[in-house]
Amino acid sequence: MRRLPPLLKELHKPGRKGLAVPRGGFEVRPAAELLPTDLLRHEPLSLPEVPEVEVVRHFVNLSNLNYGVDTGFYPLGSCTMKYNPKINEEVSAWFSDLHPYLPAKYVQPLLELLYTLQQDLLEVTGMDAITLEPAAGAHGELTAMLMAKAYLKDKGLHHKDIVIVPDSAHGTNPASAAMAGFQVITVQSNEEGLVDIDKLKAVLNDRVAVLMLTNPNTLGKFERDIMEMAKMVHDLGGLLYYDGANLNGILGWVRPGDMGFDFVHLNLHKTFSTPHGGGGPGSGPVAVKKELEPYLPKPVIVKDGETYKLETDRPKSIGKVRSFYGNILVALKALAYIKALGGAGLREAGALAVLNANYMRVKTEEFLPTAYPGLCKHEYVATAEGLKRQFGVRTLDIAKRLLDKGFHAPTVYFPLIVHEALMIEPTETETKENLDAFVEALREIVEEAQTNAELVKSAPHVTPVRRLDDTKATKQLKVRW
Amino acid sequence: MRYAPHSPEEVKEMLRAIGLERLEQLFDDIPTEALLKRHLNVEGGWDEERIRAYFRKAAAAMPDANKAVYFLGGGIYDHYVPALVDKVLSLPEFYTAYTPYQAEVSQGTLVAMFEYQSLICELTGMEVTNASMYDGASAAAEAALMAMRIKGIKRIAVSKAVHPDIFEVLHAYQVGQDFEIVEIPVLNGLTHAGALDELPPVAGLLVQSPNYYGFIENMPAFGSAIHEKGGLFIAAVDPLSLGVLKSPKEYQADIVVGEGQSLGNHMNFGGPHFGFLATKMEFVRDMPGRMIGETNDVDGRVGYVMTLQTREQHIRREKATSNICSNHWLMALASVVYLGLMGGSFKELGESILTRSTYLAEQLAKVGYPLRYRNYFFKEFPVHVPNATEVQSALAEAGYFVGPVIDENTLLVAVTEKRTREEIDGLVGLMEGLR
Repeated sequence: MRRLPPLLKELHKPGRKGLAVPRGGFEVRPAAELLPTDLLRHEPLSLPEVPEVEVVRHFVNLSNLNYGVDTGFYPLGSCTMKYNPKINEEVSAWFSDLHPYLPAKYVQPLLELLYTLQQDLLEVTGMDAITLEPAAGAHGELTAMLMAKAYLKDKGLHHKDIVIVPDSAHGTNPASAAMAGFQVITVQSNEEGLVDIDKLKAVLNDRVAVLMLTNPNTLGKFERDIMEMAKMVHDLGGLLYYDGANLNGILGWVRPGDMGFDFVHLNLHKTFSTPHGGGGPGSGPVAVKKELEPYLPKPVIVKDGETYKLETDRPKSIGKVRSFYGNILVALKALAYIKALGGAGLREAGALAVLNANYMRVKTEEFLPTAYPGLCKHEYVATAEGLKRQFGVRTLDIAKRLLDKGFHAPTVYFPLIVHEALMIEPTETETKENLDAFVEALREIVEEAQTNAELVKSAPHVTPVRRLDDTKATKQLKVRW
Repeated sequence: MRYAPHSPEEVKEMLRAIGLERLEQLFDDIPTEALLKRHLNVEGGWDEERIRAYFRKAAAAMPDANKAVYFLGGGIYDHYVPALVDKVLSLPEFYTAYTPYQAEVSQGTLVAMFEYQSLICELTGMEVTNASMYDGASAAAEAALMAMRIKGIKRIAVSKAVHPDIFEVLHAYQVGQDFEIVEIPVLNGLTHAGALDELPPVAGLLVQSPNYYGFIENMPAFGSAIHEKGGLFIAAVDPLSLGVLKSPKEYQADIVVGEGQSLGNHMNFGGPHFGFLATKMEFVRDMPGRMIGETNDVDGRVGYVMTLQTREQHIRREKATSNICSNHWLMALASVVYLGLMGGSFKELGESILTRSTYLAEQLAKVGYPLRYRNYFFKEFPVHVPNATEVQSALAEAGYFVGPVIDENTLLVAVTEKRTREEIDGLVGLMEGLR
């Protein structure tokens, strides 16, 4: 049975043409006249032939099955689903028809914009040098870990091969460290949801290369012993890495560079309002202190007098982490956002993000406990452990029931250290009415769990499809038509 | 401008609900010595019109493809982007959504991802692909890592005729992981097949076709040669060439990667675009990245979900196949729209490029700019010039952008389906005038 629109393949009829190939004053010659037959494709190619109007309707109908920030409240923890300003989309598109191999003298205005963004991001982070090359947050982490490796090799510190990651960290942290050839050691959080300083001390030794921290952490808690941790790591010759996924919680109030961090990645698609695109493209710039600058990926955008350059002559650079120079259009959207807000506006945005999160936390604590109570930053983690124990209603059920009530669900089952976790991040761009409405929806669900658990457990009921069978998807793998 | 909606009264009311009086108190948990005691020194606070003016001034001062004539290549090309592509990518429910974690309200993205996977498999002849990678270069590097995982051999052979950025990315990965790259040299613009005779045991061989110089490699020969030695064959391809050129399946590729810009994406000064990575079903569990599978909901209706997630970082952490999390989905979506529109014309599109590039090469040869090497090409080729940088500069002054420069005497020239006969003749005339 299918309630979804038909696939493109099913709209196909042979002999239909969508759009015409540009003529340009040429009669197209058959490939067989121009190339030897053994270079040509003989395997049949079956692509959908669909008229333009049907293609339009196909995608418009598909988009109607989606939920985006422009649809409604999207409190997905650690993803910072803030409003994506439309002016950013408009102005960035003006740069879409530029080729990356245009000689630098012809793209000075663009390089100036990118350089300006770099300077602004350095001010926001309190760092000394930066690359815009990484394509995503995880990509930025990998870039940073490779730079750490190159730095350690260069200094002859080959024995430093351990990266420490708190148990509350994003999964990309250990995965990125492992890809850069480090051994990963996990350190447990304490009863307040913070890195346990004693446990950290216990694993710190001369082999420790990097401590990766997200601050505020994934529980929304600020690691208040950060200065002490920084000293402990630095005293051993190690580096302190800042995962910028949660920068929105301290934006304009405290800077990673001032907390003792040596390098940091930013998620332009979180803190700086660029859209998530259904899963990319993001952008994950990496900013560093002076001592790590030589290892930045190539090229580095620099200003030489009045001229901007894509500098490639960098002997200690790790190389490149992707082709060309980065997700330039995403960077321009972030710049438009920064220019809209300015320094004071960024600081206000940070404060209001924290205000929204704490307001919701206090409201939801009336009926759903927060895993680690007390002041949070941009997000907090509630737990449905009690509901599961008493009524058999799990976090997954609550998430699905929220979809019925017209909201996107929070991040669920993360961080891993909280049972039945609901990680809620409202961002600063939501109105008080929206927060209140979500809180009321959650309150209703908690009541439903007590009075009509089955209704919640069998949710969602009104979405385009209902709960999907993940096991079947894995066992009877069907990944193409 | 500000995008936060709070009125001063609401701020007060919300602070009261929390039991606080001032916004500053929200940061009481931060050590005083770390707190920033000033505003960020960042210029801004601009209205929309000022933002427009700022960006317009910069954009207007540059020779983009709407003002100048591009014959630029080297991995990114001035291809035709149908009007509908940008419209679909601007649908808010697509571009303001995140990763489809909540499948029931993300079927739009998930269906399109399933279609994307199907189309990439169709083009390459492979059995399985993920829902996109960052770009062609990182996809190629991930494919190399994947081959080394599968074979358990920490050595990979790579043709020197692949895009130089692929080497740069592999070198970066080498900083972190202990593996060896065997470089297969280039002879007359093509990967030197003879060099494979001396090859030590490798996990695989990576060859790009058309290669960095635009030349079509003898892929079947490389496929057989590396298979005889027990390695995997990794092919890097231009997807737009696959309506005309032999499919990777036809030359026994095991992993296929590529840069997807040519399928409906603008040049974007090099990013964002998307990369793809496709392979055989037997290697599916070694593949990085997100994958979408078909299933049913509780009522038996067809639906789509992210699947085989146990390979991924959010579950496997340091043991994951890769650290990749977000991919470049929106750019991959462009390719689905593009192929939906161009499916019926896809072969003709390839032929129209081939027609133009053949014509341009012939005309340039007539006015004294022969091909650097006499090989078959698809949409770009290297020409022999007296001084590549000078020729490039002179043409640029006339509004014709050609390149990149390969070496002192070699200039790469690319021609897409957007170039008209008039523009091509214009380039030939200009170059004739430079002699």
